[in-house]
Amino acid sequence: MQSLTNRKKVVGKKEMTWVEKLYLPAILGGMRITLKHFFTKKATISYPEQKREFSQIYRGMHVLKRDEKGAERCTACGLCAVACPAEAITMVAAERKKGEENLYREEKYAATYEINMLRCIFCGDCEDACPKESIFLTDRIVPSDFERNEFVYGKDKLVETLENPIDVSIRQTPEVLEFKKNKKLTHNR
Amino acid sequence: MAKVTIDGQTIEVPEGTSILNAARMIGGEIVPPAMCYYTSLETSGGYCRTCMVKVVKGSEKDPRPMPKLVASCRQPVMDGMEVQNITSPEVIEARAGVVEFLLMNHPLDCPICDQAGECNLQDLGYEHGKDGTRYEFERREFEKKDIGDKIQLHMTRCILCYRCVKVADQLCPSRVHGVMNRGDVSEISTYIEKAIDNEMSGNMIDVCPVGALTDKTFRFKSRVWFTKPVEAHRNCTKCSGNVRLWFKGADVLRVTGRKDEWGEVKEFICNECRYDKKSVSDWVIEQPTHVDRHSVISQNHYENLKQMKLDTQRIKAKLPEKKTNGNTK
Repeated sequence: MQSLTNRKKVVGKKEMTWVEKLYLPAILGGMRITLKHFFTKKATISYPEQKREFSQIYRGMHVLKRDEKGAERCTACGLCAVACPAEAITMVAAERKKGEENLYREEKYAATYEINMLRCIFCGDCEDACPKESIFLTDRIVPSDFERNEFVYGKDKLVETLENPIDVSIRQTPEVLEFKKNKKLTHNR
Repeated sequence: MAKVTIDGQTIEVPEGTSILNAARMIGGEIVPPAMCYYTSLETSGGYCRTCMVKVVKGSEKDPRPMPKLVASCRQPVMDGMEVQNITSPEVIEARAGVVEFLLMNHPLDCPICDQAGECNLQDLGYEHGKDGTRYEFERREFEKKDIGDKIQLHMTRCILCYRCVKVADQLCPSRVHGVMNRGDVSEISTYIEKAIDNEMSGNMIDVCPVGALTDKTFRFKSRVWFTKPVEAHRNCTKCSGNVRLWFKGADVLRVTGRKDEWGEVKEFICNECRYDKKSVSDWVIEQPTHVDRHSVISQNHYENLKQMKLDTQRIKAKLPEKKTNGNTK
C-alpha cells in the first residue's frame, strides 16, 4: 500500500553495529529533543492565576437570568430539558403564591432546577430552546471537584445573584436585541 | 351512498355524512383541521371556521360550485361532489386568516400552560398559521374565576368553541355553565358562580382544545412530554372505565379519556375515575399508548415492538387503520 505521509520507517531485523550497540548516540539524540522542549513556549497556563482570552461564542457554565426587576425569568416550561441531547436538565415546577411577584416573573416557576454538569455537553441547545430568555451559557468555567454529586448544579449555583448580575448581551443576536426594544409585546414588559 | 371526491381522492360514504367525516375516512393530509367539531357531541361544530373547504362541484345533478367556502363539519356530502382542501390556495389563505383571528386574543403563555404539547391550537398555528401577528392592541383580559377545586379555568385562553358547553348540556344531568355576554367579551362561566360538581363534568377538560379548562389536580405537576401515557381500565359503575393514565416514574399524575387520532374522546369517563383513582393498584394496565412520532409526547417514548411491526405492515400494505387503539397526536 502506498504510504500517506512518507514518514514510514521499515524496521529490519539486521544485527546492530558496534556504535549502535553502545546506545549512546541514540540516548543523546533523545536528550537533545527533551532539552529543546525546555526552551519552547509552554502549551499550558497556570489557571486560575492566569486566564486565557475567551472566544465570543464560548459556551461555559450556565446562568439562569433575572429580569430588570430582579424576578427569576424561568417558568419551568421544560423546553430546555426536552431539547437537551444529553438529558442533563431536570426541574420541578411550582405555582407562584401571592406576594411572590417580585421573586418570580410568571405564575409558574421552577422550584428546583438542576443541571448535571457531567452529563452536559455544552451544546447550547437549552439556550436556543428557552422562550423566556432565562438560560444562557456564559464564559465561566465549571470548576473541578472531588465528588460526582457536586456536579449536579441546583438553583443556588445557577441563578444569578442580584448583587452580581451576569452580562449575557454578547450571547444575544442583533435580532433579539431589536425585538426587545418593542415594549408593546408582553414578553418585554 | 354518495360518491365524493376530496383533493382528487374519491370515496363512497353514506348519505348525510359531513365532508369532514368523509375526509377523515380517507385520512392523511387532506383532512381539514377542526377546533370546535366533536363527533360524540351533538350540534357541535360550525363555530371556529378552521375546517373550511372549497366545493368546486355541488353534486352530479347540480354541478355549480358553491359560492363561498363552506364549513366541512356541517356540510353534508352530495353524490358527485368535488371538494378542494389543501389543493386550493384560497382555502389555505382563508385558514391562515382564521388562525390569525383565533390567536388574536389568545395569550402566548404556552410555557406556563398545562395543555402545551397536546394543544390543538398549537398544532393548528404551527401547521396552518402565519409567522407573525399584525394585532397591535392589548389582548382581552378577564377577572379570574374559581370554578371549583377540580377544574382550572383560564378564560383568556378560551377560543369559544362551545365544546364544554355541549358537554354540560348533553352529558351532565343539569346544565350548570354556559356562555355569558356577547362578541368580544363573551366568556364561559358557571351560572351564578356555582361550582361544577356533577358526575361527568371532568370531560370538559378533555374536550377543551386549548388550555382554558385544565385539570387542577395536575396543575403544574409536569409537562405533558415528560409523562408516559398507557391505556388502562377498571370496573366502574358510572362509566366504561376505559382511560389513559399519564405516568411519571411510578406515579400516575393524571387520568384522561382516550383521545383518538382526531383528538376526540369516544368514551367519556366519570369524575371518580379521573380524580380519585391515582394509584396504579386501581387500574389494569393494557399497553402503552400509541403516540404519533411527530408529537412531542413521543420524546423518549418507546412502544412495544409488536405494535410497531403491525403499524409498519399496515403502512406497507396500505390497509386502513384499525380503529380499536386510539392514537394520540
